[in-house]
Amino acid sequence: MSNYRIQGATGEWEVVIGLEVHAQVTSNAKLFSGAATAFGAEPNSQVSLIDAAMPGMLPVPNRECIRQAVRTGMAIDAQINKWSRFDRKNYFYADLPQGYQISQLYHPLVGEGSLLIDADEKAGIPEDKVIGVERIHVEQDAGKLMHDQHPAKSYVDLNRSGVALMEIVSRPDMRSPAEAGAYVRKLRAILRYVGSCDGNMEEGSMRADVNVSVRRPGDEFGTRTETKNVNSVRFVMQTIEHEAVRQVELLEAGGTVVQETRLFDPGTGTTRSMRSKEDAHDYRYFPDPDLLPLELDDSFIDECRASLPELPDAKRKRYIGDLGLSAYNAAVLTAEVETARWFETLLAETASAQGKPEADVAKQAANWLISDLFGALNKAGHDLENSPVSAAAGAELLALVGKGTISGSISKQVLETMIATGDAPTLIVDREGLKQESDSGAIEAAVDTILANNADKVEQYRGGKEALFGFFVGQTMKAMQGKANPQVVNEVLKAKLG
Amino acid sequence: MTDITELGVKALRDGVADGAFSAREVAEAFNANVAAAADLNAFIVTTPDAALAAADKVDADRAAGKPLGKMAGVPIGMKDLFATRGVQTTAASHILEGFRPEYESTVSQKLWDAGAGMLGKLNLDQFAMGSSNETSHFGNVISPWRRAGGDTAALAPGGSSGGSSAAVAARLCPAATGTDTGGSIRQPAAFTGISGIKPTYGRCSRWGIVAFASSLDQAGPMAHDVTDCAIMLESMAGFDPKDSTSLDLPVPDWSAALNADLRGKKVGIPREYRMDGTDAEILKSWDDGIAWLKDAGAEVVDISLPHTKAALPAYYIVAPAEASSNLARYDGVRYGLRDLPQGANLQEMYAATRAAGFGAEVRRRILLGTYVLSAGFYDAYYTQAMKVRALIARDFAQAFEQCDVILAPTTPTAAFALGENQDDPLAMYLNDVFSVPASLAGLPAMSVPAGLNSQGLPLGLQIIGRALDEQGVLNAGLAIEQRAGFSAKPDKWW
Repeated sequence: MSNYRIQGATGEWEVVIGLEVHAQVTSNAKLFSGAATAFGAEPNSQVSLIDAAMPGMLPVPNRECIRQAVRTGMAIDAQINKWSRFDRKNYFYADLPQGYQISQLYHPLVGEGSLLIDADEKAGIPEDKVIGVERIHVEQDAGKLMHDQHPAKSYVDLNRSGVALMEIVSRPDMRSPAEAGAYVRKLRAILRYVGSCDGNMEEGSMRADVNVSVRRPGDEFGTRTETKNVNSVRFVMQTIEHEAVRQVELLEAGGTVVQETRLFDPGTGTTRSMRSKEDAHDYRYFPDPDLLPLELDDSFIDECRASLPELPDAKRKRYIGDLGLSAYNAAVLTAEVETARWFETLLAETASAQGKPEADVAKQAANWLISDLFGALNKAGHDLENSPVSAAAGAELLALVGKGTISGSISKQVLETMIATGDAPTLIVDREGLKQESDSGAIEAAVDTILANNADKVEQYRGGKEALFGFFVGQTMKAMQGKANPQVVNEVLKAKLG
Repeated sequence: MTDITELGVKALRDGVADGAFSAREVAEAFNANVAAAADLNAFIVTTPDAALAAADKVDADRAAGKPLGKMAGVPIGMKDLFATRGVQTTAASHILEGFRPEYESTVSQKLWDAGAGMLGKLNLDQFAMGSSNETSHFGNVISPWRRAGGDTAALAPGGSSGGSSAAVAARLCPAATGTDTGGSIRQPAAFTGISGIKPTYGRCSRWGIVAFASSLDQAGPMAHDVTDCAIMLESMAGFDPKDSTSLDLPVPDWSAALNADLRGKKVGIPREYRMDGTDAEILKSWDDGIAWLKDAGAEVVDISLPHTKAALPAYYIVAPAEASSNLARYDGVRYGLRDLPQGANLQEMYAATRAAGFGAEVRRRILLGTYVLSAGFYDAYYTQAMKVRALIARDFAQAFEQCDVILAPTTPTAAFALGENQDDPLAMYLNDVFSVPASLAGLPAMSVPAGLNSQGLPLGLQIIGRALDEQGVLNAGLAIEQRAGFSAKPDKWW
């Protein structure tokens, strides 16, 4: 249970949140036309006769868009409706050429499902929580108005007109901004795993309508407001924080919350009224007579299911159970599909480079990726996506450590050079002479010198101050410029110190 | 030699193929008739050069020994609801005046591919909404027919395909395309003494046809006789992946399979169509039709279509509902008329544009449709109407367990005078009472001429068939045609 509460003047309030996430379907063509969908193209360069709603033009559903929405539904364990239908949502606006949006009100493609958000003590989510998803339906996006191109005119760009969106509607199951943030992040991760949406919130591929109401804990739901088109996780959380406080203040001052549509202002972090229920459109929904009901056959559904990748929850369980990773490492590695993919390539390469089963090298690979590579990339201003170090090169480096060719500490130095130069680790180790010294003769000589120079400490050690062993190791390593094999150093020191 | 313009599709095509005359001669003859018939106002745009170019292509192909299409050398009129590349396409509205599409409708393209040529774009009721052609922005078409006895009152050619019916009846073209939403092919055909068939919903692609009511709109041919209709429909029909409601079925060779021998066939006579107040002459022609079909070997059975009464009200909910949404795209933003009063905002531009661009009947139906889809009214109107629609389809399905085709009048009256029903939209809507049920059920239905009434005006008989049984409809139509011996044509006064 979330313990997030708004402390009002008259007592505690609970916030109730539901999200409608609009996710652009990854597809080369629009929902009902063959026009392209690339982001950032010249205005009105990706517009078909259908998207411009020329007289007599007709929509034809794009199979790939339907497939992606069905796969997304499967990824949240939702009911897939084998019979669904498109409806028209009628309203006039300059960015809506048809004068209606083709959507699904009465019979959506995907029904009831759910999504798990993970416990996060620090964020105030004490335990894992299941958030209900009421439905996913597919619909057309509108075009875009540009008001900043001319002092007196507005321009219309129809590139987005007709692009396929999935509207993913949650149940009002969230009780804190943190839960809402976790929900959006988790949903985004799943969409990216499935490949049905790139989840790019800056480019508008994903945006949320945020429904917020407040109530006394345990009371009936209060009146909600809907804040439209919020386009980052942080803004979703800010919207909720602001809306909850605004509504509590309003109610405590004796007012009532008006059911209305609001807009979020990223500049101030506040919301403002856009239109009230009285001004709300009457959308006159009715079944689109240009389209037949959408009927899915078993083979289509089977193909959708068979093409689903391993999803983050299952993957995390496997990393912990089969690979023996810590819960933390498993969570970090599965949070983003790119990280998981990178890790799995690294793991396979590492196992093969060292001739061991994956489970035996998984911890080494996971620790190196999370502790060494992330840190080094971050320091160099890179991320995994554009990492100059490939998974294969990482495996090569880990193999050098595993075989004792270099030490763990030297490997960090090699990694930095790899990032800076893009060179292979073996080449770097050879070029810079970083191979670990395992020759006990050289190590013995160094140890002898150190013991001779620190006769007092040798005395103390032999007198029972065993903690000094680490000092001798450190001095030896320093004398060997870090290249001595620590195991050999230990053995030699133990022998000489007696 | 006979006047070429008296010939129909088959005779012209065969004449061109046999070398009796050239396609160019045909096109020139019809171009001349079109040019001399401005008084009828049947065309919004004439395209004599397009007709000649198509004819020349056919003549050249024939000279080169290339195979000729089913409509080769036949110039036709194109209802101005079909988008024609580079040629103004208006739906007889002001809002689309001057609109020249960069695309060709599937049906018109198929006709050109079959060797037909275009004489021009035919007038119609605005956005195909009307039964008299009086709602056209370009002035109403005048029927070539006049009442007997020197009455010169201008008569309605029917609607919405009134330009098509008038042009075929007046021999301005041997055939024309029509579209039928609630009777827009059958009623004008009946009014002007020609044949016309609305095929099963989905036979002809709607792609590129300006939409009125998507779930009802179907294209079909209008011509002098049943054979010509069959030939032309073969060239219009066919699956189109660009129309989701198009039927993915092969197109039968209807003209080759025409057969007026109806032995073993049952013809249903729906008792609910015998409505109070129906014109006695209409009932008489219906009885004639029954006798002719019996003569052709058919057995006549009484059938019941119990929900007939509810069809017209249901139609006038469903069709306007769809129209109110289909016509939302005419908003002055991207093409067509834009009326932007000084200082107007977007909403005001919409209001001004649509007020100026749509005629009264179109505005009436948009308001009607908007109303029945509104929150609080949707269930009472639209949902109920869709239930009625399902019941009507069931009525037909049950009737077709007892019969193969249904015979009924096409219209409750013969052609009325222009202006007669103009002030009473409900009286006008009643014209569709016999044609609307088949539209709601998506069934093939055709009108064939049955004879003249006492005023010398044509009457039509309607044959309704099972879904996809255009052949059965055409065969029954042919049996009537052979026995009715209809050869009347309007005296040329224009």
